[in-house]
Amino acid sequence: MTWKWESQRKQYGRALVELGKERNDIVVLDADLSSSTRTADFASAFPERFFNCGVAEQNMIDTAAGLAASGKTVFASTFAVFGTGRCYDQIRQSVAYPKLNIKIVASHAGITVGGDGASHQIIEDLALMRVLPNMSVIVPVDSNETYKAVKTVASNKNPVYVRIGRADVPTVTDKDSPFDLDKASIMRTGDDVTLIGCGIMVSKCLEAAEELAKHGIDARVINLHTIKPLDEKIIVKAARETGAVVTAEEHSVMMGMGSAVAMCLVENFHVPMKRVGIPDVFGESGGCDELMERYGLTMENIVEAAHDVLKRKK
Amino acid sequence: MEIYDGEFISELESIARRVRAHAVKMIYQAGSGHPGGSLSAVDILVALYFHLMKHDPKRPDWPERDRFVLSKGHGAPALYAVLAEAGYFPVDELWSLRKMGSRLQGHPCMRKTPGVEMSTGSLGHGLAAGNGMALAAKLDRKLYRIFVICGDGEMDVGETWEAAMLASHHKLDNVTLYIDRNKLQLDGPTEKIMSLEPLGDKWKAFGWHVIEINGHSLKEIIKATNEARSIKGRPTAIICHTIKGKGVSYMEGSLHFHGKAPSDEEYRQAMEELGVSEE
Repeated sequence: MTWKWESQRKQYGRALVELGKERNDIVVLDADLSSSTRTADFASAFPERFFNCGVAEQNMIDTAAGLAASGKTVFASTFAVFGTGRCYDQIRQSVAYPKLNIKIVASHAGITVGGDGASHQIIEDLALMRVLPNMSVIVPVDSNETYKAVKTVASNKNPVYVRIGRADVPTVTDKDSPFDLDKASIMRTGDDVTLIGCGIMVSKCLEAAEELAKHGIDARVINLHTIKPLDEKIIVKAARETGAVVTAEEHSVMMGMGSAVAMCLVENFHVPMKRVGIPDVFGESGGCDELMERYGLTMENIVEAAHDVLKRKK
Repeated sequence: MEIYDGEFISELESIARRVRAHAVKMIYQAGSGHPGGSLSAVDILVALYFHLMKHDPKRPDWPERDRFVLSKGHGAPALYAVLAEAGYFPVDELWSLRKMGSRLQGHPCMRKTPGVEMSTGSLGHGLAAGNGMALAAKLDRKLYRIFVICGDGEMDVGETWEAAMLASHHKLDNVTLYIDRNKLQLDGPTEKIMSLEPLGDKWKAFGWHVIEINGHSLKEIIKATNEARSIKGRPTAIICHTIKGKGVSYMEGSLHFHGKAPSDEEYRQAMEELGVSEE
């Protein structure tokens, strides 16, 4: 399959500027990475409503809390590795616990950061964010969905974590395809096996489905853009109708999207399941494709997992 | 001037005495809590809520109100006692501190307690949160002011200094920080655990206007706060020299009462010393 590759960050910047025009209560914070996260677009359009906190993520999050407590809708951005782990206590105490209107939109998540290496490749941010009460967790699949997700979360008053990548990603949705936080999207119908992906791995699931089709296997593909709250209905229905599930994520398999799906299925409907994702190890420097291959995040890995669950399916 | 009026000050002093008694009783009844750091901050809180701050207990969400953040969240008993005395909720509710179902959590929770502006407890967050409120005030062209109390133990926290930089970078002259300089942190004297001096010079170097006062003198607290109000273009830090456990002889300067409730006998003595035997 050939994809059009586009930047999620660019759409984040665009959505922020639009929001800034539409609403006076939108305030944006960054921690010295605004040209990378693209909050710089907002900064140049609305300099008085942009605050660069310098290399001080903890300070950024608590400052965001004060702004949100004063009625602002706050977007706070930096790289995902710094925007979650480095200020975890601040997010816990001052965002999630008081349920403040703060959207942490973190870029450069996952292993596709590439050359920067393990220090910058956060593969545990979904785990950190999904265990926090009151926190929603979203992984937009592509540039179109990033735009829609940012516009959507701005309209609620809750804490939200939005994870986007550094690299351009395959565009798998249309500008006008619907986006609903409460509903995962079915990208392809099929009744033999379900492939559930998030982020860049959705495109790999679609490629895997094409490959499986060559062997007469009809795979359903779900874009699970919202990890929390989890669309349990669509997951259980897919498990019931296809009898086998594979998840695929650019995140540690220890406690990411696949784990959320596994927990849902173990309590609701047992089917053979396999999680494709980064094993319990740190990444390293390399090119995106090389890293995806080294850490088991290819279309072939998904196909192999699908054959495995199909074998176990009664 | 009103602030030097003897009768007015002694009125505030008697409120402070009541607040101290409430705080000790709350901790005694809860069986746990932090008397030392609650009692050292009482006079600052009383000056704020009974004279300096523009607020309305009947309308805790009044948009024009001044904001207060207790960064040293473990001083919650003192804050709750002041809020109750001011009329945010009944004094009788104070005895529910730390109990199941209570609106008065062990550390302040803005979603549970009327009058609490920010959830705190994990140290070093409060000044940054106060800065956020101050930025919002500037954006909205509002005149409300932000008052923050930090413990001196919080001077160990890196984020305190990140926030110090941000406040002076953005010229947040609507922020007033009180540093409850009781010179003791959980493990011992601050200068032994992690030396802070010269503390005033540090804040000056960060671009703040600095005032040092006796943090138990209501007159000095009021005077310094009014001075802070007149300073334009930079925030003010008021280093309040205080005594941990102030008002109860055996708690004063005692490490033991950083985070421990008094025994029955100790409680009786405290009430006697605070002159409220009926408590």
